[in-house]
Amino acid sequence: MTGITVNYVGDKEFEGRLSIAVDAGNPPDIVDFPQPGLLANFARQGYVIDPTTYIPEDWLTQQYNQSWLDMATMEGQIAGVWHRYNGKSLVWYPKAVFDAAGYEVPETWDELLALTQMIADDGDTAWCIGIESGAATGWTATDWTEEMMLRTTSVAGTLPFSSPEVKNAIETWSEIWFNPDYVFGGTDTIVSTAFDDSPAPMFEDPPRCWLHRQGNFITGSFPEGAEPGVDYDFFYLPPVNDEYGRPFLVAGDIMSQFNDRPEVNALMEYFTVPESAVGWLANDSALAAHQTTPLEFYGPGLRGIAELAAAATSFRFDASDLMPGEVGAGSFWTGMTDYVSGLSDLDTALAEIDASWPQ
Amino acid sequence: MAQLDTPIEERDISAGARFIAWLGRIFLAAIIPLIAFLVIYAGFIFLRDSDAPRWVITIIAIIWGVGGIALLYWVFNGIVERLPDEWTLRLQPFVFVGPAIAILLWYLTLPVYRTFWLSLFDRDGFPGDFTVFNPLTWPAAIQSESFVGVTNYVAIFTERLLQESFRNNLMWIVFGSTMSVVTGLFVAWLADRSKFERVSKSLIFLPMAISFVGASVIWNFMYEVRPIDAPQIGVFNAIVVALGGQPQLWDKWVAIAPWNNLFLILIVIWLQTGFSMVLFSAALKGIPEEIIEASRVDGATEIQIFFRIMIPSIMATIITVWTTIVIFTLKIFDIVWVMTGGQFGTHVIATQFYRQSFTARNSGFGSAIAIILLLTVIPVLIYNLRQFREGEAF
Repeated sequence: MTGITVNYVGDKEFEGRLSIAVDAGNPPDIVDFPQPGLLANFARQGYVIDPTTYIPEDWLTQQYNQSWLDMATMEGQIAGVWHRYNGKSLVWYPKAVFDAAGYEVPETWDELLALTQMIADDGDTAWCIGIESGAATGWTATDWTEEMMLRTTSVAGTLPFSSPEVKNAIETWSEIWFNPDYVFGGTDTIVSTAFDDSPAPMFEDPPRCWLHRQGNFITGSFPEGAEPGVDYDFFYLPPVNDEYGRPFLVAGDIMSQFNDRPEVNALMEYFTVPESAVGWLANDSALAAHQTTPLEFYGPGLRGIAELAAAATSFRFDASDLMPGEVGAGSFWTGMTDYVSGLSDLDTALAEIDASWPQ
Repeated sequence: MAQLDTPIEERDISAGARFIAWLGRIFLAAIIPLIAFLVIYAGFIFLRDSDAPRWVITIIAIIWGVGGIALLYWVFNGIVERLPDEWTLRLQPFVFVGPAIAILLWYLTLPVYRTFWLSLFDRDGFPGDFTVFNPLTWPAAIQSESFVGVTNYVAIFTERLLQESFRNNLMWIVFGSTMSVVTGLFVAWLADRSKFERVSKSLIFLPMAISFVGASVIWNFMYEVRPIDAPQIGVFNAIVVALGGQPQLWDKWVAIAPWNNLFLILIVIWLQTGFSMVLFSAALKGIPEEIIEASRVDGATEIQIFFRIMIPSIMATIITVWTTIVIFTLKIFDIVWVMTGGQFGTHVIATQFYRQSFTARNSGFGSAIAIILLLTVIPVLIYNLRQFREGEAF
């Protein structure tokens, strides 16, 4: 027992509230950033305390894979310590009824499209998709875009949004999204369905949809009592083109420090050991970012995902979370929502995202 | 009282004593305020720089704030009362409104001034050694890289999303405030001649008690859309589907953009009708019964009475209510933010300001939007206040 009391404050308006608190000179001690891109803004303005001022770098290299440390390095400093992450390249399905209906887990993108069509032929809609998330509406669509980018191209360096590679990636998922026979409720309801409500029809009897792509955290929104491996299971979102291997999309939370006090430092140190994430690991809601995490920390539902992550040929962080705030938490979301809802065509949406990129 | 007593006493005391008394009075008039200011200033410095525990700071802040204002009032009032009667009368009002004006300056005028400066800089704000109150630091700041001049203002009038916001704000003004006035007036007129006046007016006034955010949450459920073969939990779609239609997206319905904004505006009408109804109801009751009787005798129809007599009689109230709601709708933020987050073509000036300032952390652009919003509100505000002063509006 350290005697340190931690007060946690969660907020749906996290981005705005944090900016106000920081500008007012009253920042929280430690901030759990789901979006390193947003953190970079604060690091650039010099608000973030570098943990290596009191944690030896050897310790960090021992606890974390180098790629995590690289992702924590911003504006010439270590801007925080990674805590936990979510695997995103997962498709959830109602296992028992899925097997009973004679459907099979697809191994390639073509098989996935064939399965989607087969379900449509059986008179059902295959996919449950919802991107509504309050002021953050649209982020699910950015995830799909990133998945498809990883599966349809390989990029070294940076590309504008309006490049053919990005357009092609978005058009790949559009094949499913814009076909009203493939999406439960049709394309129109995608933008108005909350992302965490969207998988619910999968658990009706009979299921109203059969497939749902989302990170492992979505199991928290599954109906109570749904049993992993029976009522639901997951498979890896299949590769589109073998050339690009089996990429695995992740997003994680980085803990950043804004106030320099001994008890805050102590808590930051605690976040560098996997024991600090045990609550998430045991109830299947996140994986630990620490490479020293023993497998037995994980609950049964997560071991499979940890294995999938290990089997992946590449391991890529959620791009929108790495982009500057106005794009990754702004125009990328809005652009995708405008495109899906039909407010603007794809070229216009992508050009506007490019235009919003800070100079 | 003191002034009246003094001459009687003074007759009996020597010139020297009088001089000492005079000195003492000067001392009191100068030293006591000085001490008071020192105490207040020391408190300010302590609050700004202290590392004391939070609770100590909080308690001292309360004592400093409340006590400081009381001390200031006491000191100023003391000074003014020592002055000749004529001056006391002249200055005393300022002692009473002074703190309010000072607070207004500190919390409103200075921030506006600072925001204006911010709007001339880029996303990171002022360069290091710049202070808005020190003209000596201005030239260096203006020559620095982060000074962008009117670029932010140009961007406001050229970016599509901002233009969309202006269009939407205009819709809010035209439809939101006008419909609130029209429905409020209509309801007030009907209720005035109804047996159930109290009940009906209370019911229509009720939404006024709900916050904008609360109302938005309620309406979010009203507009809730579910796939056609699932049970509809939103009132609107339940009705549409029951009548054999397709469930619609209402406020998120971009196929009818920009008219989907009307479904957001409907919320403000629902909220504000009660406000305008109450004021109109009072104004209508203020019209002398004789005029209406006389027009009835002359054979005017009810419609003629309404348009030719009632409306002209309460015109001042109508304008005041209308401009008040125009100001509400110009600043509208909560409803849009909760319902759509500004997506689906529903951004307004205030939501864009918030997005730029706090999500994108572009303080220059955000400040420029805030200044434009202020500039659009001010004329309406002045007109509103002038109407309020001239007519017996309420």
